[in-house]
Formats: sequence, structure tokens, C-alpha cells
Amino acid sequence: MAVDDSAGGEGLLRAPLVIEYPFNRTTGPVVGAFVTALRDRRVLGIRGADGRVVCPPVEYDPQTGAPLDEMVEVGTSGTITSWSWVSQVREGQPLQTPHALALIQLDGADTAMLHVVDAPGPESVSTGARVRIRWSDEPTGAITDIACFELDGGAS
Amino acid sequence: MRDVAIVSVAQSHHRRSAEELNEVEMIQPVIRAALDGVGASISDIDFTCSGSSDYLAGQAFSFVMTLDAVGAWPPIVESHVEMDGAWALYEAWLKIQTGAADTAFVYSYSKASPGDLPRVMSRMLDPYYAGPLWPDSVAYAGLQARAMLDAGVTTERRMAEVAHRNREAARNNPNAQVVGSPSVDELLATPMLSDPLRVHDCPPISDGGVAVVLAAGDRARDWAERPAWIRGIDHRIDGHQPGARDLTSAPSVALAAQRAGVDGSFDVAEVHAPFTHQEQLVLDGLGLGDDVDVNPSGGALAANPMMAAGLIRLGEVATRIMDGSAGRGVAHATAGHLLQQNLVCVLEGGD
Amino acid sequence: MTADDRGDRSISTLPEGLWTQPTPSVPVDLGDDPVRRQVVPASMRYDYTPGLASTRFLRGLAEKRFLGERCPETGEVYIPPRGVSPVSGLPTTEQVEVGPKATITSFCVVHIGFGFNAPPTPFVSALFLPDGAAVSLYGTMGEVSHDQVRIGMRVEPVWVDDDQLTESMENIRYWRPIDEPDVPAEQLKGHM
Repeated sequence: MAVDDSAGGEGLLRAPLVIEYPFNRTTGPVVGAFVTALRDRRVLGIRGADGRVVCPPVEYDPQTGAPLDEMVEVGTSGTITSWSWVSQVREGQPLQTPHALALIQLDGADTAMLHVVDAPGPESVSTGARVRIRWSDEPTGAITDIACFELDGGAS
Repeated sequence: MRDVAIVSVAQSHHRRSAEELNEVEMIQPVIRAALDGVGASISDIDFTCSGSSDYLAGQAFSFVMTLDAVGAWPPIVESHVEMDGAWALYEAWLKIQTGAADTAFVYSYSKASPGDLPRVMSRMLDPYYAGPLWPDSVAYAGLQARAMLDAGVTTERRMAEVAHRNREAARNNPNAQVVGSPSVDELLATPMLSDPLRVHDCPPISDGGVAVVLAAGDRARDWAERPAWIRGIDHRIDGHQPGARDLTSAPSVALAAQRAGVDGSFDVAEVHAPFTHQEQLVLDGLGLGDDVDVNPSGGALAANPMMAAGLIRLGEVATRIMDGSAGRGVAHATAGHLLQQNLVCVLEGGD
Repeated sequence: MTADDRGDRSISTLPEGLWTQPTPSVPVDLGDDPVRRQVVPASMRYDYTPGLASTRFLRGLAEKRFLGERCPETGEVYIPPRGVSPVSGLPTTEQVEVGPKATITSFCVVHIGFGFNAPPTPFVSALFLPDGAAVSLYGTMGEVSHDQVRIGMRVEPVWVDDDQLTESMENIRYWRPIDEPDVPAEQLKGHM
């Protein structure tokens, strides 16, 4: 451990500690179908008990808990329903430049998906703005196969 | 139902970093003060339950280490929740209701300072759809604030007023970390941190903890002159997908409040709203009148030790009942992001 | 519930209505290699500080000394110290040097090593009770065949070279037997 003498007195001992969780998760049939379709640049939702299309899809209805069984294809463009600005980018985030974190309701879906929007600044983002998927060049079957969303007719 | 009361409360002086202490060294004085408050030793306690999360400090099984400060040998009856201590209190209350215990000791704590808390918090999210995006907890909360602003449910000014009122109230809280606030106009002139959130809209990052003693019936009357009786307690959860929820309301708060018996008048309310916009959602869910003193402690905006800030709310209300400054109060604790899960507790003095 | 229902089984075979696995219809062709698993790595960095008591202990290790701390109520010495006595719950404030000679209180012959710095197998991992301490330290044995190791065996630490000493348990390369009579098991009662 390194001694941090800046702490005064005897100084504190401190050491970097890295904890890694190399989880290998099974997807199950619903998440599996969703990410498999993403790999092929298509987006799937699932029809909820009340007929609404939930995207990204869930195995059970968020309201009633009923098992859901009808996946449907939705669009690759959509509308921002809420957003915030990420000015301090952190390790692992899809974009390594300041961007918007957003909820995006894809065309044909009735719920919104969490993802990021590439935009030059917060002034160019607004609720209701139209966005479209920018696909990853190296799809792996994961939510990150959507590299990000970009503004329609976009400034980005 | 058995009559169960909070009879002793202690908490740390919360601060940004207790880096010179390990977790057991940090929580030991708090644990001791809560037990000393009723002259109890651990042998007087039938059940101990703690709340903490190993992700925060990256310390595996830290709660096993902190049990040293309870004096857990010879072995005690003990449990732990990976949640805010308010849920540990719920488990202890339930244990007493079953008749398996008459007394209980509850504590919770965290040291968030060793890690990057906004990033660590992303590990709480759905591991397929949200986790791989590593959304930080401030931007994530911003989604809820934006939805409320867009819907006209709140305004940036109202959010700043919440920040100002809580942190000015914290002047009377010796345990608070952030004390005092610039004026609302000055706050509104500051730059965005994570648009639409400014720095004042966000809770501080805090190291600290809290401990509470519970007792049933006559044991509570023996231990405290004015026990803070738990008249109702309930917790409820909303769905986890943020895009499938209406972020402009908190139905689980309203349902928990209804089930906990939140009606009539209250002298004091302590609500666990880490971000300014969330206070209004909680108050709306609780359905409180305008005459209630909300967050005289300054709430989570004055000190926000993860896993403890919720139980501290119960402790703040109980303390005011025990010292006679309040007759009836309501406390709220939240867990998860965006007020996803909520616990409501009604406390009152008297027999 | 019948006796037959109580055995282990996969959740997909639970009784009808208790749990059902969705098998959704999918409107697109998923091909012959659908995704079934995801590797989702998560790495988190912390700036670790060990606390007051562990700092004292680690500084002692840098001088090849074992510094335990005494319970003010029972007088027992805990090592490595965490700052609080697990018996009384009270802060430990008196530092007590213990060891370095120690007694094996338990051991395990390891034939399958894992971890990136495990010694060649078979090796012996053991608990070492430093003279004067109430609890044992974990470590590995060296300079002895695995079938010679026994509870009660007297040992001493083998340190790294002086210029390699840091505030770390890694200062102890391993422990080795010393020429002293075994401690009878009954004397280790309460420490095993």
C-alpha cells in the first residue's frame, strides 16, 4: 500500500482496489429473442396484457404479472419522452463524449427504452424530438448493439 | 398486532469521507450510543438486523465485520438486508410481531467514499437493458426531473426552493453534512450539473450510519419515557423499467401510505427524497396537509449515507416524539432509483 | 404438497399455475444461432483505506512485527485487528505485539489450486495462532512435506527480503516448522 503523507501525521495507507464481476448471464427466451434481433438490426417488443407493446420486452406483464407470449417488431426510429444531459462521461458508457441519457419510445411501442443520444449539446435535445438508431458496426447480441440514437435530421 | 416502539436512536455526524476509518470503526460509536441510550447491552436484545451494500465500499461481507461492534459472540440472532436500514427495521418489527422477539436492534451504514458512487449505483439496474449502458445515478434521476418539468408537475424554482428549505433547516441538525443554502435566486443562477439538475438538486455523497432500538409493550415503556410507537408501517414497489412507469407520480408511496394509515394530522414528516424534485412526489403520495413540518432535519439533501438515509428519517421522527417536541409523525424511506420502492411509517407518542 | 413435490427440480417443471415459462412467438427469423448467454463484465475501482487498527497492523508488518489489539473486557488479543472487539463490541485501543512464533490450529492439503498466485500443488494452507493472540492468521506452509503437517505444530513466518517489505500480508512468503514440541490439542481449545 502506498502511504499518503498528504493526510498529515502518519498519513493514511491507501491502495487501489479493483473488483470485477465477469458475469455470464443466460438471457431466457424473451431477452434472448430481443438481443438476437438487435444483432440483425431489428427491434422487438412484446404485447402486454392490456395490448400495449412493451419495448424493451419483458417476460411478464408489468401490471398483472401474466406471462407474455406475443413478440412484435417495432421501428428503429422513435421519440424522446425524457432526457438528461451527461456532461461528465464515465467509463463504460456508450458514448465517450458528453451526450444525452434518454427514454425513447420507438415507433410502434407504447413504453420507452433507456439509451443515449449523440448530440452536440443540451440545447439541441428536447422532449418530443425524433431520433433513430445508430447501429454498432460490431454487433454481439446486446443492448449495446444500438451504439446510440441520433437526432433525425440531426445536428450530430 | 403488538405495540412496538422505537426507544433509542443514534447516528453519526455524516461527512463526505470517513477515509481514516474502516466500516466497523465508523459504526461502532453509533451502535454503542443507541444501546447506551436505553442502558441496554446486546444480551438484552432478542434480534439484530442490519442494512448495507458491499458494492458501495467494495468491501465483501462488510456487514459481517460490522457485527463485531454489536458484540456478536457468543452468537446472536442476526439478519441482514442489502437495502436501506428502514427495511431492516421492517424485518425487525415483523420479527417482534411474530412473538419471536420482544426487543430488536437495527442499524445501517455505508462508506460510499471509496468508489465513484454515481457509477456504482448503475449496478442496481436491470443487467440486460440498463446495466451495459452504465448510466450514472444523477443523469438517471434527471430523467424523472425532466418528465416532471415537462408535465408541469414541478418547476426549476420549486426544486431550488426544496433545496433551500432543507439545507437551511439543516442548520439545526448537528449531524448534517451540507448546512445552509444560498438564496433560491442564487441557486437558479448556477450552471447545470446534469441538465435539468443543478448541484443543489442532488444529495451529497456521505459516509455514515444510524442505529435504532425497538421494543414491544412494557419493555418499551421501561426503556423510554416517551416511546415512539409504530402505529403503521408498509412498503410497496413500482415497476423497474423506467420507460414503462409514469415518472411524474409515485403510486407505491401512496399505496404504502394508505396501508400504513397515513391520515389525519401530523406534527412532523421526514421524507427520503435524495433529489429535490422527488420531495414533491413523496409529499403528494403521502397526501399531507400544508401544516406539517417537513424535513426539519434537512432530509437526504443535507446528508445522504446510502443504506442509512431512510432509517435516519424514521429516527428523526422518533427522536422528536421521544423528546416531546412532536406528538405524531410520518416517516418515509426509499430504495432503488427514481423512488422505485417506498416504505412509510406512522409514529406517535402516548400510551 | 406431496413428498414427491419436495425434491429438487428445475423451476420450469413446477406445478401448472405456480410458475410458467413464457415461450413467446417471435415475428422475425432468429436464425440458427440465437443469443442464449451474455458476458456482461463489470469492473469497479475503489480507493481503499484500511482504517485505524488495520493501518497499525499493516505498518507493523512492514517491520516484520505482528501487532494485535486487546479487548478491554476479556483481555484477549485479536489479529488482524479491525478496531473493535467482536466479543464486547468495544473499541480495542491497546496494541500488543504477538508471535512471530505460532501454532497450527487447522490445515488443509490443497490438491487443486485456484487463484492466480496459488503455490504448486499439493500445498498446505493453514491457520496459524501467533503466540499471545486469541485468533489465527491464514497462510501457507513451506519447507515441509504436506503429509508432515499437523495441528499443534510449531511454526514461524518466512519473510520476504527486507528491501521487499511493504505494508502487506504479502510480506509473509510462507510459514515453516521450528524445532519445538507440538502444542497439545487441548491447549488450543477455543482457538480452533
